[in-house]
Amino acid sequence: MNIENIKSQFPIFSKKINGKPLVYLDSSNSSQKPMCVINKLNDFYKNEFSNIGRSIHSLAVNATNKFEETRESIKNFINANFKEEIVFTKNATEAINLVATTFGQQNIKEGDEIIITELEHHSNYVPWHFLRETRGAIIKFAPINEDGDVIIDELKKLITLKTKIIAVTHLSNVTGTIVPIKEIVEIAHKKNVPVLVDGCQAVPHIKVDVTDLDCDFYAFSAHKVYGPTGVGILYAKKKWLEKLPPYIGGGAMISEVKKDKIIYAKLPEKYEAGTMPTAEVITFNESIKFMESIGIDNLMKHEKEIKNYALEKLNKINSVKIIGNPKNKAGVIAFTIKGIHPHDIATILDEDGVAIRAGHHCCQIFHEKMNLTATARASIGVYNNKDDIDMLCKAIENCRKIFDLK
Amino acid sequence: MDLKQLYQDIILEHGKSPRNFGKCEGYNHDAKGYNPLCGDKVHVYLKLNSGKKVESLTFEGEGCAISLASASIMTELVKGKSFDETRDIMNAFLNMIKNTSEIRSNHLDEDQKTKLMSLSGVKQFPMRVKCATLSWHTLVSAMKGKKEEINTEVID
Ligand SMILES: Cc1ncc(COP(=O)(O)O)c(C=O)c1O
Repeated sequence: MNIENIKSQFPIFSKKINGKPLVYLDSSNSSQKPMCVINKLNDFYKNEFSNIGRSIHSLAVNATNKFEETRESIKNFINANFKEEIVFTKNATEAINLVATTFGQQNIKEGDEIIITELEHHSNYVPWHFLRETRGAIIKFAPINEDGDVIIDELKKLITLKTKIIAVTHLSNVTGTIVPIKEIVEIAHKKNVPVLVDGCQAVPHIKVDVTDLDCDFYAFSAHKVYGPTGVGILYAKKKWLEKLPPYIGGGAMISEVKKDKIIYAKLPEKYEAGTMPTAEVITFNESIKFMESIGIDNLMKHEKEIKNYALEKLNKINSVKIIGNPKNKAGVIAFTIKGIHPHDIATILDEDGVAIRAGHHCCQIFHEKMNLTATARASIGVYNNKDDIDMLCKAIENCRKIFDLK
Repeated sequence: MDLKQLYQDIILEHGKSPRNFGKCEGYNHDAKGYNPLCGDKVHVYLKLNSGKKVESLTFEGEGCAISLASASIMTELVKGKSFDETRDIMNAFLNMIKNTSEIRSNHLDEDQKTKLMSLSGVKQFPMRVKCATLSWHTLVSAMKGKKEEINTEVID
């Protein structure tokens, strides 16, 4: 597939925003959807719709098969060992909550320690905070340096005999830092500590191989990977899913229900109670095919080129400051402009059709650490090109003009 | 939508050099406001005299041009007003932003109304309304002597 023409596969780019062509630089928040994904969702509802698993009519059998095909595709895409290690949730947030809750119930008691980092999204902090509230756990923050890299030696020092789990992002949604997960997992496993990885930003942008990483849990959301909303994915090593208690109770997650006892379903249904986002899970298979048709190496190469171009051009604009300078940086670029609040930047850029995000991006710990209240963030997706970056820079110049910056 | 109308010169000017910025001497009321969505913060300091009128009013905070300008203009307009008058002005302001297109209050003169109207541009930018209203909610809270922080995600 030719990456240069990829925009044409995304119908939203034929729309005008405020009378201008859309320059979408908010893919870290959620990605736009290619036609194949939109068509699949439509097609499934139109021609194939049925709930899965419960009935034996043809439509149900077909839907069940397709649903399982997505699971199989995800397993292959992230190189898991078993299909049963892929659990569907409603988003990555729910996937992390699933682990925090069930793991917490079974393994966390008062005084036990959980290590996270200062880079984490609130989704990978608040669920652990619940354990601080309900079970008296202690949360330790592995520090980051000025560049936005996790200081691995410091993280190492935080591990004690009381450390029960480490939860860490694979790719920061503010600085674009690619965190050396493999190294962290090795350190943790030497001390018998399991690792949960928040892979929300990694899966759409870099190669993810959970077997190679050897992490215990890996969570991400379909909507950031050119897929539909309403689908989260939890990868967990089979030994954990077998051992941990179920999370949500109800239909489909049971195998036998008696008045005095309930036997839970086998994996992965044990963790998939109630009617799932059937159409969306089935549709997500198209997103994976889309990613595969581009090829993750091509995608990475393309996004790297656009990122480098963006960094170079942004660095040339007076008063623009890029936040963080990590060793390995993906196409997530948080920046500030001296004299203009990020919120004003976002409003003015939007008038030029340039969609970015302003705020703390659900990372207040990071912003506090960097002494910032907010940043503007441009994040790159596979459809972005150099023209988009030129438009971004032009719109920033317009901001500077409105605010009369020299 | 019109950027010129949102970022009028008076807004940019107040945003750049907010009036009455800092802590006022001898303040006897204060309150904090916070917008968790964008991180805007405002801290209002208020000295009510024996007649319960605003003797001095200042603020500290961080935020966008709209929120700083709104707070700055507020400190200028409310001086000398009583609690009821202040609340009336705030309601007229909120009403202008949310419903009508004019300021209806007997407690402001025409010049003052014009000044406040410079914030009318936010009407077209629903995501920015809270930037303009945070300082007002915080002021009213300070006058009421409330202790807890105003949070834009909790008020409407
Ligand atoms: C790093 C990271 N973690 C977690 C999340 C939460 O994802 P979701 O809202 O899809 O659950 C996001 C998305 O904003 C993210 O960027």
